[in-house]
Amino acid sequence: MSLEKFSYDNRTVKWFAYATMFWGLVGMLAGLWAATALVYPDLNLGYAPTTFGRLRPVHTNAVIFAFVGNGIFMGVYYSLQRLCKARMFSDVLSKIHFWGWQAIIAGGALTLLMGYTTGKEYAELEWPFDIAITLIWLVFGANMLGTILRRRVSHLYVAIWFYIGTWVAIAMLHIINSFEMPLSLFKSYSWYAGVQDALVQWWYGHNAVAFFLTTPYLGLMYYFIPKAANRPVYSYRWSIIHFWALIFIYIWAGPHHLLYTALPEWAQSLGTVFSIMLIAPSWGGMLNGLLTLRGAWDRVREDAILKFFVVALTCYGMATFEGPMLSLKNVNAISHYTDWTIAHVHVGALGWNGFLTFGILYWMIPRIFSTQLYSRKWANTHFWIGTLGIIFYVIPLYWAAFTQSMMWKQFTEEGTLKFQFLETVTTIVPMYALRSVGGLLYISGLVLMIVNLAKTIRRGTFVADEAAEAPPLAKVTATYGKAHWHNWIERRPVQMVIFSLVVVGIGGILEMVPTFLVRSNIPTISSVKPYTPLELHGRDIYIREGCYTCHSQMIRPFRDEVARYGDYSKAGEFVYDHPFQWGSKRTGPDLARLGGKYPDSWHYNHMLDPVSMSPGSIMPPYPWLFDNRVDKGKTPAMINVMRKLGVPYPEGYEQQAKADFDKQAGQIADNLKRDKLEIPADREIVALIAYLQRLGTDIKVSEAKN
Amino acid sequence: MSVIILLLGASLIVALFFLFAFIWSVKDGQYEDDFSPAHRMLFDDKTDNE
Repeated sequence: MSLEKFSYDNRTVKWFAYATMFWGLVGMLAGLWAATALVYPDLNLGYAPTTFGRLRPVHTNAVIFAFVGNGIFMGVYYSLQRLCKARMFSDVLSKIHFWGWQAIIAGGALTLLMGYTTGKEYAELEWPFDIAITLIWLVFGANMLGTILRRRVSHLYVAIWFYIGTWVAIAMLHIINSFEMPLSLFKSYSWYAGVQDALVQWWYGHNAVAFFLTTPYLGLMYYFIPKAANRPVYSYRWSIIHFWALIFIYIWAGPHHLLYTALPEWAQSLGTVFSIMLIAPSWGGMLNGLLTLRGAWDRVREDAILKFFVVALTCYGMATFEGPMLSLKNVNAISHYTDWTIAHVHVGALGWNGFLTFGILYWMIPRIFSTQLYSRKWANTHFWIGTLGIIFYVIPLYWAAFTQSMMWKQFTEEGTLKFQFLETVTTIVPMYALRSVGGLLYISGLVLMIVNLAKTIRRGTFVADEAAEAPPLAKVTATYGKAHWHNWIERRPVQMVIFSLVVVGIGGILEMVPTFLVRSNIPTISSVKPYTPLELHGRDIYIREGCYTCHSQMIRPFRDEVARYGDYSKAGEFVYDHPFQWGSKRTGPDLARLGGKYPDSWHYNHMLDPVSMSPGSIMPPYPWLFDNRVDKGKTPAMINVMRKLGVPYPEGYEQQAKADFDKQAGQIADNLKRDKLEIPADREIVALIAYLQRLGTDIKVSEAKN
Repeated sequence: MSVIILLLGASLIVALFFLFAFIWSVKDGQYEDDFSPAHRMLFDDKTDNE
């Protein structure tokens, strides 16, 4: 059989590699900044875009979707071509994919800094970006499927299974979680409310971890570790079982992010059970990767690339053991809302994703530039700095988490809470400082790698189109008996792409439409009423400033939480919350029942200068809320959108809304004036105070009546 | 809770997709050989083998 000559596209791979390094640096610096602002609140600069609540989403989105995202595409574009012995399906699609993704990242970062956010963690980008992500994801899928269908190797190596699984699952998760009703160009409200929004969000959030940070990287692991070790994967059969078991089980585990919340108990249990089951496939995959190095351990001693891979797999193993443990309700009772979660994700992000990416870059860059790595010694130094960085990052946070959680739960002999919330924060600030040191070390290692690779690139010559040859795939595959109908599609890549899109699309539509037409049956509480127009504006400000990144609005049914914050939260209290704002971390106290706890003037002073009301507080000041005017003109549109989402504002309430707005704002301004605080009623702080004073009060009304 | 139905449905669709992909892959003979694929991927580079 004659050999076909073709070439591999290394140019797109190179671009993605550069983007990975660039956004990695940007994303991690944003993280370091935000983390250090917890130690020195002055670093918030009193300026909206540099405040923790806006920087933190920039950090998480940049690391997940820009650093790891570009890392995925880099690795997939490199390995897929070689595994299929085919060039990427279309150079044009590759270009659109690359530049489209970078545009989304740049635009996303900019809008997040400007305060345009949906307020749903890891899905913060607003609706135009959600659409753009969907389109670019389709381009990626078309390019990938096209390549697979044009392959010259009949057998699909296990890495390709992981790539396909990633693509399908992310498409579905992203589309379902991003259902939202636009209010303006960069503002929308989640289609779901309260408990439902929380469930969809964490179903998405957990599977963003599963199908964005895990499965694609497992695919890369199955390609690059055998390549770097020059050894076949330990057990190929095991890898196949690993794939099917992992993708099936992962999708169910989301509710473990909502243990002890107002989510129905059976859903919580389901999340726990599936999370425990996840240990088996996760550890199977980890061991399969580690055992691939059997007989090559002598090389691990010298080869920095293999060292990175070994630590990456070890961190994967630790994180996937810790995850199920955190999903046990008794462990979660201690860990949730503390820095334990932050430590846990960073074992995964810094160890598993970061180190695997670094290993791949060190291995791949010299190859596409047909040269040797500039300095192996620097790579080894990077490895040690990075490892120390991870240790200095996570250990102080574990310590901080235990300390704080235990302090929260302590009672005096008289039966009152032993510690003020603020005391539990100031105690762990030194641990936050150590964490920043860890982050700084890790970033130093990254910088060293970038310099090392830049020097490698300078002395090499780039091979844009790497020549390759392979026999064509037999057109007529040996069939036993009747040819299967699916053979027809397999030979037609374009049709296949269209069909697969239609198949995915039908599923979404079929499930979506009934859900939006059938009214939910969350136990409603008659005294829970929709927000007033002023409160709606205040809520928008709360979301815009990222208050949810440090404050929860979900009181769990524990003695200490009820004593500290008030009655535990009920599902029916959140039916008008588009989006929900339960939060996942308590850097500050829970706010679910903040309403009525302090006078308006307290909030006024506290937002202007938190330390004046709570000495030692690490909360940033929000001076711009006292200058910015609320855009009252938006009010009718907001009411209208909320009504479409099912919030029962009476017909024609839009006309009444502005008058109600002015009346309530005037009352708050009068309250403030009585405490000698002069502020015009149309300022954002007034709307925010209105919202904060409403939080959790509806249920008290019914108690008062009873 | 209608959203549970949505999520069960969506999860089932993904599960079904993978089930069909699995059946296809078995029928396609993807698993008949669990030795050579692991080795083959090591030998595909002409230029960059050390």
